Amino acid sequence: MNSRTEPCFVKYLLISVALIFFGLFIVLPLACVFHNAFAKGWVFYLKTLQDPDALAAMRMTLIVALVAVPLNLIFGVAASWAIAKFDFKGKGLLLSFIDLPLSVSPVIAGFIFVLLFGAQGYLGPWLITHNIRIIFAMPGIILATIFVTFPMVARELIPIMKSQGNEEEEAAITLGASGWKTFWLVSVPNIRWGILYGIILCNARAMGEFGAVSVVSGHIRGLTNTLPLHVEILYNEYQSAAAFAAASVLALLAIITLIAKSAIEATIRQGQRQN
Amino acid sequence: MSIELKHVYKKFGNFKALDDVSLKIEDGELLALLGPSGSGKTTLLRVVAGLDSFDEGQVLFSGRDAQDQKARERGVGFVFQHYALFRHMTVFDNIAFGLNVQPGKIRPSRQEIRAKVMELLNLVQLEWLAERYPWQLSGGQRQRIALARALAVRPKVLLLDEPFGSLDAQVRKELRAWLRRFHDEFHITTIFVTHDQEEALEVADRIVVMNKGMLVQVGTPEDVFHNPVNSFVLSFLGNVNFFHCRLEQGKAMIGDTALEVPGLSVDQPQTAKLYVRPNQFKISRVFTKAALKAIVEYVNPAGTIVKVNLKTIDSGERILVEITQEEFKQSKIRKHEKVYVSLKDVSYSEYVQDDP
Repeated sequence: MNSRTEPCFVKYLLISVALIFFGLFIVLPLACVFHNAFAKGWVFYLKTLQDPDALAAMRMTLIVALVAVPLNLIFGVAASWAIAKFDFKGKGLLLSFIDLPLSVSPVIAGFIFVLLFGAQGYLGPWLITHNIRIIFAMPGIILATIFVTFPMVARELIPIMKSQGNEEEEAAITLGASGWKTFWLVSVPNIRWGILYGIILCNARAMGEFGAVSVVSGHIRGLTNTLPLHVEILYNEYQSAAAFAAASVLALLAIITLIAKSAIEATIRQGQRQN
Repeated sequence: MSIELKHVYKKFGNFKALDDVSLKIEDGELLALLGPSGSGKTTLLRVVAGLDSFDEGQVLFSGRDAQDQKARERGVGFVFQHYALFRHMTVFDNIAFGLNVQPGKIRPSRQEIRAKVMELLNLVQLEWLAERYPWQLSGGQRQRIALARALAVRPKVLLLDEPFGSLDAQVRKELRAWLRRFHDEFHITTIFVTHDQEEALEVADRIVVMNKGMLVQVGTPEDVFHNPVNSFVLSFLGNVNFFHCRLEQGKAMIGDTALEVPGLSVDQPQTAKLYVRPNQFKISRVFTKAALKAIVEYVNPAGTIVKVNLKTIDSGERILVEITQEEFKQSKIRKHEKVYVSLKDVSYSEYVQDDP
């Protein structure tokens, strides 16, 4: 028996609206990126990506992600473990702080670091006398990226850990396991898919971040440019094919992220069904 | 190992979870903590396990203060209500966990662990499930694996939180009997929490009835059932009928009817509450003055006893009466019949202050 009572045309209308929307706002821009990237042919595409500045930007983006993601992973697991499994004073405050980077514009996030570490900033003179460069250098970019991607891992893990409760950990403890062993043998395996999911989202955000990084980087070509900044510079210089070629690398990253994300989501769902 | 609690208090905010609890559990005893939800029985169990802290008082293990012993050092086996099996480990690894996490010096060899796990699986009769994962097991199987896991580390005390609470009736009965047999064989000091009076009465050596964080009564099942200290214990341990009455010259006046109350002597006329178990009534078709008139509303003969639901004619109060199958066969009581109800006995009576 068909339990749906809506007339057929409503069904098709809704589906077509969704499809048109999807096509206009997601498929079309994405196709546009790749179309423009290959506008001058394969050879030009590969040549642009092998340009020293482009390579430097890619290297920079990779290094930033390689530093920011593991740090946020450690922080995220620690914070969500504390929040989901224990009660303590200031828990609500910690939760709001974790969400802060989501509610603050990335540009402001960038300015915070300029104000702190810039030449005119609070710590600027001290840094200059000790010859430490943070703003307009890699440390600043990494700091800004960490700030922006701060909530990504914890946000993923807190609901998973909360729904699993404490009982398995308590069982492990009554069986004589130390806190360390309980963490590694019981807690971590139970959130392994959540961790991977968090890493992927965190990585995507770290590699794609524009606003905050743009403020602190100083756009020094070949030195402090990340891939998104490189795209912007090329585009502003009317090298649109080159800009789109670089952008296509980021788009490809996004697509891979999406596929990995849905694969992991399916695994998590399967795991939940089993429990 | 014996366990003793001395004046233990615990609060969650303003809620008193444990209110001056003092209790001694003897070595090798099987004790039931019985009470409604929120009565503090699970908290008491968790305090003994060291999983929850308490505000005041003392917990002694074999006479020694357990304050400085962490949960992992106490040697307790804890079985959780929802089993808390490690979901990413096989049944074998679950049971072996307690042995595998022991420090290298005292940890048994792989062969020894394997032998121990198989021995425990044999004990709970689930050898064939060793390589399965928890989600592939039924509730009863999970519960038995949880027990085997707790037993692997040779606990001196076994603590069970609502062990059979989420199982269906048949499995529950089986596991109950299994627990009793297991205890008779191994004599591990065992405390189990339950809200099911039947379970407590059937399995335990001693029952602790709890309400609102306090111990209401401690005693053998027989003692608690037949000599309840108050109406709470009485009504918690099975069905009971309750009447407001006035006691005069050894009789209970319910409305205009004067009922004989065996074993009750009163000097002064008093207002009282009478608590009568369903099997403490006598039903008759023959008119007697000293009996309540009632109409049979419903008869249920399915069971080892026959349940008769009555409604008194004078006051419209409902009474549940239980009679034996023989009595039922003789009297052949039927629906809508008018009967006369008198008292064989009274479980408990409570004197009430007269209204001024």
